[in-house]
Amino acid sequence: MSYINTLMNGEQGLFRHTSLTPMQKITLRFVVVGLLYYGLVVIEGMIMRMYAVAPIDAVTTDQYFAILTAHPLVGIFGSTYSIVFGAFLFLVPFLMNKPLWSIKMANWTFWCIAIGTFIFWAAGFISHYAPLYTLYWPLPADFTQFSVVGGTFFILGIAIVMVGTVLFVVNIFKTIVYTPDGWEKQPAAALIGSAIGYSGLKNLFRKKEDRKEHLVSLPVAAIARGTVDVALNAAIILFTGVLILVYMVGSLLGFDLKETAVDALLYKNWFWWGLDLIADGLVLIFVAGTWYLLATLITGKKLFMENWARAALLLELVVSWTVWSHHLMSDQAQPGWLKVVSGEMVTAFELITQGLAFFITLATLWSARPLKMSNPLKFLLGGLLGFALAVPAGIMQADLGLNRILHNTQWIIGPHVHVAILVGLSMTLYAAIYFLLPILTNGAKLYSQKLTNLHFWCHLLGGIGMGAFMGMAGLHGMLRRSLYINGEFMPYMILAAISGALLFIAFVAFLYNIIMTVGINGLLGIFKAPKLKTTDLLPKE
Amino acid sequence: MVDSNTVLQGQTLIYTLYVLAILALMGWFAYRVTTEGPSKVKPAFFYTFVGFLILLGVTIHMVTLHTIPWKPIDLDRANITADKIFDISVQNHKFQLPTEKMLIKTNDKVLFNVKSGDLTYGFGLFRNDNTMVFQMQVLPGHNNDILWQFDRPGVYSIRSTEYSGPAGVFMIEKDVVEVID
Repeated sequence: MSYINTLMNGEQGLFRHTSLTPMQKITLRFVVVGLLYYGLVVIEGMIMRMYAVAPIDAVTTDQYFAILTAHPLVGIFGSTYSIVFGAFLFLVPFLMNKPLWSIKMANWTFWCIAIGTFIFWAAGFISHYAPLYTLYWPLPADFTQFSVVGGTFFILGIAIVMVGTVLFVVNIFKTIVYTPDGWEKQPAAALIGSAIGYSGLKNLFRKKEDRKEHLVSLPVAAIARGTVDVALNAAIILFTGVLILVYMVGSLLGFDLKETAVDALLYKNWFWWGLDLIADGLVLIFVAGTWYLLATLITGKKLFMENWARAALLLELVVSWTVWSHHLMSDQAQPGWLKVVSGEMVTAFELITQGLAFFITLATLWSARPLKMSNPLKFLLGGLLGFALAVPAGIMQADLGLNRILHNTQWIIGPHVHVAILVGLSMTLYAAIYFLLPILTNGAKLYSQKLTNLHFWCHLLGGIGMGAFMGMAGLHGMLRRSLYINGEFMPYMILAAISGALLFIAFVAFLYNIIMTVGINGLLGIFKAPKLKTTDLLPKE
Repeated sequence: MVDSNTVLQGQTLIYTLYVLAILALMGWFAYRVTTEGPSKVKPAFFYTFVGFLILLGVTIHMVTLHTIPWKPIDLDRANITADKIFDISVQNHKFQLPTEKMLIKTNDKVLFNVKSGDLTYGFGLFRNDNTMVFQMQVLPGHNNDILWQFDRPGVYSIRSTEYSGPAGVFMIEKDVVEVID
């Protein structure tokens, strides 16, 4: 098969978009858009890495901070939300062996996230609206520094993403509880109890012979619990967006609303409570659920200590609601007891919950020795390693003594945040993508194993390397959210930039491999209307 | 009093050793899971691991409470009388420092009381090699104070450690705090 033929039609012409069901198409659309936004995030990241080595003339300071503002939001909403929502909208009905409650609603979620992300990114790019993702009050309403119109579109874009998110939440829970046509009436309350983890918790206190079967599988339970945090987070961000919009509309109409009407500390508590539902809630819960799913699918074995795993997920849900104060340990007006109880003690529970997920996943894999080192397995191990590195780094900075000399340094964003997201989360998502690829494409064959290996090693070494060198700079006092233009931390920043380049190479290798696997015609075909009219997840044999 | 650099050196050592250990563990696991061998994991091993995690989560904060001197001082600063107080304000991306030079005697307890008139800022003290002595957040409408005891002479710069918009990126006051014997 010629190169051009493979480029246009995919490896051996095995991928045919006309054979896809509507559910396969919508899932693949989510994944493709999520990967494109990830590519944008990688490019933005490289610009910032190069800027940290030496300021770039073509990028003004205002533009730099607009990039810094958009970078994590595009990464979380445009990329991660797209890939995760797409995968879960497929997996929940797949694992429950019933159709998705509403494919139309899934399509709305897709468009809301894709368009909303583009709007807030473009608003920031054009107007340089740059209050960062933290939106510390009253910075988002400081119209002496930022454009009101640009900010309005920025917030509007975020709000559209949140609307799509709410639709995702509704679709997931309705899919769990609804009764498809021709089925026996489903016990909605019992299904919700099982999904939230109540039944798993009760099993822990029952004798072995009295333990009841779970109505939903553990991965579905993990998705349901993470989705609770997704819903709460969407409510917080929507409310905050409306608050900021009130000030923006007031300014556009010529009213100068008093910024002091909103207490900066109360706002910070409120907003971090919501943000941590992502960082410490849905990410950790979704990731743990994905580890469990992959471990059982790879091994074909039952999960090790399943009731403990279910209980740990429920505990993690409660932890994610009470952990936010570790972001306010350097806020001297924050009550000391909140810093100790929420900031230190509850945060330490994440060491336990994530440690349990780590152990249970490894034990499940171990139970099926010898395993073939497949692509999903190697990326899964990479994801496990990422969180094994990043969670203890987070526990260290969530200490009152250490936070005093680590807060807002590159340590926070390097060994903790970027290693968690790039190595832990992304490699877990890649494991799922490599596993689901043949299922979602009806048997497409991966173009090149060598490119997959290149993707794996460049991503792993680049992610860990970048986090490590940023962390070393942080330990020597380099701040995040700041600029150093006199080469103060040059050696670390050069090494971090080289590591960033490895991440870029990894993504290019992956993207090229995927394009050659499905072909350009196949890729475009994913976005065409499906030929098959069915609610089934997969085409009938 | 232990210097912040000493604490960071300890942290670097501990975390580096941990990283090397976990890399070795994952490398070992990745190899062994592909080979034939015993595959049963005893529940006792799991419960021991859970116990270890609980112990680690509790002790890490107890250890820092007794080894990092500014931690108990910070929690109890309302009941500690400062030897010297510096009132500092921030507005329009500019620090307003006391008119007299900020001179401190070693081992004196010094209270830095910082107020913001508009945005959220940061307040950090840095050595000339850019390493950090300490930092705190500065929120408008609230008291932001930190009590610190300097155990050695030195000259320090103040820098905002929080982003307050592009206009606040270079909020640096060079060599404005001096500690003498």
